[in-house]
Amino acid sequence: MLEIVDLACIRGDRRLFSGLNFSLMPGSLLYIKGHNGSGKTTLLRTICGLFLAEDGEIRWNDKNVRSLCEDYNKEVLYLGHHNGIKYDLTGYENLQISATLDGDDVDEDKILYALAKMGLAGFEDLPTQVLSQGQKRRVALARLLINSSKLWILDEPFTALDVAAVDLLQSVIAEHVANGGMVILTTHQEVALTAGQVQTLQLGD
Amino acid sequence: MFNIFRCIVMRDLTLAMRRKTDVLTTMFFFIIVVSLFPLGVGTEKETLRHIAPGVVWVAALLASMLALERLFASDYSDGTLEQMLLTPQPLTVLVLGKVLAHWLLTGLPLVLIAPLVGLQYHLSIESTGVMMLALLIGTPVLSLIGAIGAALTLGLRGGGILLSLLILPLYIPILIYGSGAVAASAIPGSELQAYFSLLAAFLLMALIFSPLATAAGLRISVE
Amino acid sequence: MSINWFKFSSPATFYPLAGKLIPIFGVLTALIGIFGLYWGFFQTPDVLTDQKQYYRIIFIHVPAAWMSMWLYVIVVAWSLIGLIFNARLAYMIAAAVAPTGAIMTVLALFTGAVWGKTSWGTWWDWDPRMTSELILLFIYVGYMALRSAIEDNRRSDRASAVLALVGLVCIPVIFWSVNCPDPNQCAALHQSSSMSGIESNILFAMLTMTVSFWMYCFLVPLMRARNIILEREHDTAWVTEMLEVKK
Repeated sequence: MLEIVDLACIRGDRRLFSGLNFSLMPGSLLYIKGHNGSGKTTLLRTICGLFLAEDGEIRWNDKNVRSLCEDYNKEVLYLGHHNGIKYDLTGYENLQISATLDGDDVDEDKILYALAKMGLAGFEDLPTQVLSQGQKRRVALARLLINSSKLWILDEPFTALDVAAVDLLQSVIAEHVANGGMVILTTHQEVALTAGQVQTLQLGD
Repeated sequence: MFNIFRCIVMRDLTLAMRRKTDVLTTMFFFIIVVSLFPLGVGTEKETLRHIAPGVVWVAALLASMLALERLFASDYSDGTLEQMLLTPQPLTVLVLGKVLAHWLLTGLPLVLIAPLVGLQYHLSIESTGVMMLALLIGTPVLSLIGAIGAALTLGLRGGGILLSLLILPLYIPILIYGSGAVAASAIPGSELQAYFSLLAAFLLMALIFSPLATAAGLRISVE
Repeated sequence: MSINWFKFSSPATFYPLAGKLIPIFGVLTALIGIFGLYWGFFQTPDVLTDQKQYYRIIFIHVPAAWMSMWLYVIVVAWSLIGLIFNARLAYMIAAAVAPTGAIMTVLALFTGAVWGKTSWGTWWDWDPRMTSELILLFIYVGYMALRSAIEDNRRSDRASAVLALVGLVCIPVIFWSVNCPDPNQCAALHQSSSMSGIESNILFAMLTMTVSFWMYCFLVPLMRARNIILEREHDTAWVTEMLEVKK
């Protein structure tokens, strides 16, 4: 379970939000809404540990994530505005490296399957820089399929994707939630869930 | 743990092999700087032999520093660096892996090209050998210290020149003992072990402290 | 009742407190300084064994050199407090102290050069102490350059704090290596302290001047810290309130 207690963040000289409280149970999905500049991305980066909060606590299973350190990182997968893939490496190599770094024991078949499922069959061995924007995003998203993290934190995951890929990603997210995972995302798309509950958090006015 | 270390080293080496120019530019920068001095100060044999240790080390300092700007820059701009910060691996190990790969690509070539400089500056075989050994121990220290600066100046405008401002003063001990060893080797009967012990001690110190400081710097800069 | 130290860590409390301290330090700097200069010029021997009147520059030179090193330690201490407690005010004080440290370094170098010209006949000699002081200046400059290159205050505070700490680890090694470029002859090169056997009036004037410099190094960073606080907290309630009261 993820708990946010009295969280406050300052960016530059501006207080984005303070006294923020919410909790997220396994098997649920949280939308973060708010206008541009309301601190959505900062909140996501704070939750995954990239951004240092000014005040407050983030708890994972009743323990402060600061004391969990690397154990918490294992439970979290963050996908931000950047794809986080190397354009000089192939899709296969990218996934293999991120799986090794994430400490997941993933074999060749699983990576190929993940790439195929994201509609990249036949593109596995091409440097990702020759792929289109949408295809690069798909390589990044293929990480969701080979990762064992409980909590997915996705910042605008649907950008640059075509209709088919949007549908696919929605089903991947729904499946993760149905299997007891947690998802936090900012998006303008609604995700149809088969199981689990939906929460919404409004930032700013 | 070793698996992770190997993975990150191989990753950076593979990336560099696909962009070979980055490796070659550092080496040629070194060669060009070293070749400029005789044109400036004159080609008299004794003078060259006299200034060689200092010239080689200053050139090595500059070359390693210029290369350092790229150590984290591309990982930072495409988001792979923030992914590394989020992996359940100790950041210090990842940093150490990246620095090692970086040294293999930019520091080691300088060691290997050193005999050429020895020829240009009329150094004796022994002096050239001492120079190679000193570079072999000294250049990793340059990479390790420089990594701290590279982490702190990540993504800043004018990062390269700023990096040199922060890091060059910290390179001074390496410059003093690295060139000191080469200079002493030209004097018959001089004892060199102390120089190498000191350089090795710096290497150990840098190995312990630099990954910690670099990791802290990366966390601050990626935020 | 225990004192609530965290109350003083708030810029809103510190600002008026600093405002009250500034005149005190100002008066102390001036009074002690005038007294120290008087003693240095009129109560000390005119000629030392091998030096003429010119040696009197030490009443500026030595305090400046001492302060330049002390202030770096102070910058590091505040940076460390900032990093440990995530205290904004500590970073602001570190930022306020650093320029004074750099000025002290420049002053020590300048007076050293003038003194060198009069007694050794050269503006600059690669004497280990002068070289160390020069490198200290480089390190101050690097610190301030990093600070001003980062626009985001939080990143700038924390990044420069890490740099200051790295500098603290490196400085002893650098000074030592400058002092002893040939490791085989280090024992012979050990510099004996020039402080021993000094005439007591000279020592007294020098220490008095050092106290005056200390006061100055409280005075100016406090003034600078107040400016930094105003600049950074300009849109907070307490600053707005304070400015309205003044109107």
